[in-house]
Amino acid sequence: MPDRPSDTAGVITRDEVAHLAVLARIDLDDAELDHLAPQLSVILESVASIQGVAGDDVPPTSHPMPLTNVFREDVVEPSLTAEQALSGAPEAEEQRFAVPRILGDEQ
Amino acid sequence: MSATAADLMAYDAALAAYDPALGLEVHVELNTATKMFCGCPTGFGAEPNTQVCPTCLGLPGAMPVVNRVGVESAIRIGLALNCSIAEWCRFARKNYFYPDMPKNFQTSQYDEPIAFDGWMDVVVPAPEGSDAEDEVFRVEIERAHMEEDTGKSTHIGETGRIHGADYSLVDYNRAGIPLIEIVTKPIRGAGERAPEVARAYVQQLRDLIVALGVSEARMDQGNLRADVNLSLAPSGSDVLGTRTETKNVNSFRSVERAVRYEVQRHAAVLSSGGAILQETRHWHEDTGITTSGREKSDAEDYRYFPEPDLVPVAPSREWVEELRATLPENPTAKRARLQAAWGYSDLEMRDVVGAGALPLVEETVEAGASPQSARKWWLSELARRANDTGVDLVDLGVTPAQVAGVQALVDAGTINDKLARQVFDGLLAGEGSPEEIVEKRGLAVVSDDGALGAAVDKAIEANPDVAEKIRGGKVAAAGALIGAVMKEMRGQADAGRVRELILEKLPVVE
Repeated sequence: MPDRPSDTAGVITRDEVAHLAVLARIDLDDAELDHLAPQLSVILESVASIQGVAGDDVPPTSHPMPLTNVFREDVVEPSLTAEQALSGAPEAEEQRFAVPRILGDEQ
Repeated sequence: MSATAADLMAYDAALAAYDPALGLEVHVELNTATKMFCGCPTGFGAEPNTQVCPTCLGLPGAMPVVNRVGVESAIRIGLALNCSIAEWCRFARKNYFYPDMPKNFQTSQYDEPIAFDGWMDVVVPAPEGSDAEDEVFRVEIERAHMEEDTGKSTHIGETGRIHGADYSLVDYNRAGIPLIEIVTKPIRGAGERAPEVARAYVQQLRDLIVALGVSEARMDQGNLRADVNLSLAPSGSDVLGTRTETKNVNSFRSVERAVRYEVQRHAAVLSSGGAILQETRHWHEDTGITTSGREKSDAEDYRYFPEPDLVPVAPSREWVEELRATLPENPTAKRARLQAAWGYSDLEMRDVVGAGALPLVEETVEAGASPQSARKWWLSELARRANDTGVDLVDLGVTPAQVAGVQALVDAGTINDKLARQVFDGLLAGEGSPEEIVEKRGLAVVSDDGALGAAVDKAIEANPDVAEKIRGGKVAAAGALIGAVMKEMRGQADAGRVRELILEKLPVVE
């Protein structure tokens, strides 16, 4: 069952940036965290200021172009080969993407 | 993870103290030729990662486009469930970090499902042996929405499961195959029959999906997956209790068993003063118990937001009406029509429906078998085998065409009912068509008078007293000689012809 969408406005803490980096598998050291956390905060504050301008009469925009009903027909198109598909994978085994242990990481 | 059974309260005692509330979430994997957002094929069993492209692998710059047939199937399912169809709705990204989706989000729908506010009248068969009427229970449908399937993970390590794995391997062939998720509103008031209501709902939903032709709808192959939500409230209370969500419930009978188990487990926890943890539980088919999965409370912030790469879907009312015109016959009306056409009694019809055999019997009759023979095979011989192996009838592995083929051989006098059972053995062992099995196993009945006559002579000689009775006019005694001949012929004799031969050889002495 869906939950409320989260509110992105506000300042982001250094700990939150560190947590997101773990989730996104981006290796950040302490110096990078010190450098990036304040920058991300500035970006979020800027976005928040736009929210301040939009009044209650302005609905959130998800799609700037007024298009609807763009469909494909249900017709098969060529896929990649397994070699192509796996060519960018850091690890592969048995023609599958090898990924680090899923449970056990602090997430 | 502990796999030991929890404390349970006796079912009747649990129902005396608590009212169960059910919620069912069913995922239906559509049978489109291509995935929901790209042109990759959807066939089952392909080599790993050969049905993938930049879009379903989530590579940078790839752009998804919606499959028209996926939307049509979603609308038809919604209409068949008496839902309203959204005039305008969007896809949404459901963000989570788990490698079964390479994009780190699943494309789904959030607060704008394509179909909503429907219902299905579920026929819950009267308990076996009771002469009560079948009960019709209205299940309210909250929503049916479009989303995509995930990839398939194999966990490498000593346990072979996600817990304790060293690492995992992922095949993305399944990622992006269209899914329709159908969610009920809380189902209350079913009382002690809650497990049967849950089963009947999933069974009837499957029949509907099959009739719509939008999915293979096989639970054993994961085309149809049920998650069972259950909570208990003290009898007479209006407040819903804390719910658990049981996943991995892969057969109709497991739906029933899982509800019953969770009722008993919740009741034991609550009555001893404990609290139910809101969590995901895993159903274990072999042991018939549920075990704790992850706790849901804080893992559930999916940060949904509208998918900017897919434009909104705004089905015109004309399109919706065109699709409505393609809906199959209403299941209740269809049941009445078939019962009349087949000449079944109420009880016979109820047994067929209760066993989940209605579409099977229908197809068997369409393939040429008489309604009574179709019912007989599915409900006796095949139901027994399904029960022995713990699978649903539909997943047993015998097709309606094969059953009709077996009956055709019986009708032609090639085999009898007893030999037919051996043909079913052969079918389940994958030995070929019914004709091939009769040939390979040498099952055809002997109606050649030479061979039968010799066996009859032998039986008469071995049973002089019986022969004397028949000569004396007690024709019913012929049964004993027929039995001896059938034994001699290892069951492969035409019993009718044997009887004729016996009576010819033993004329009644006036």
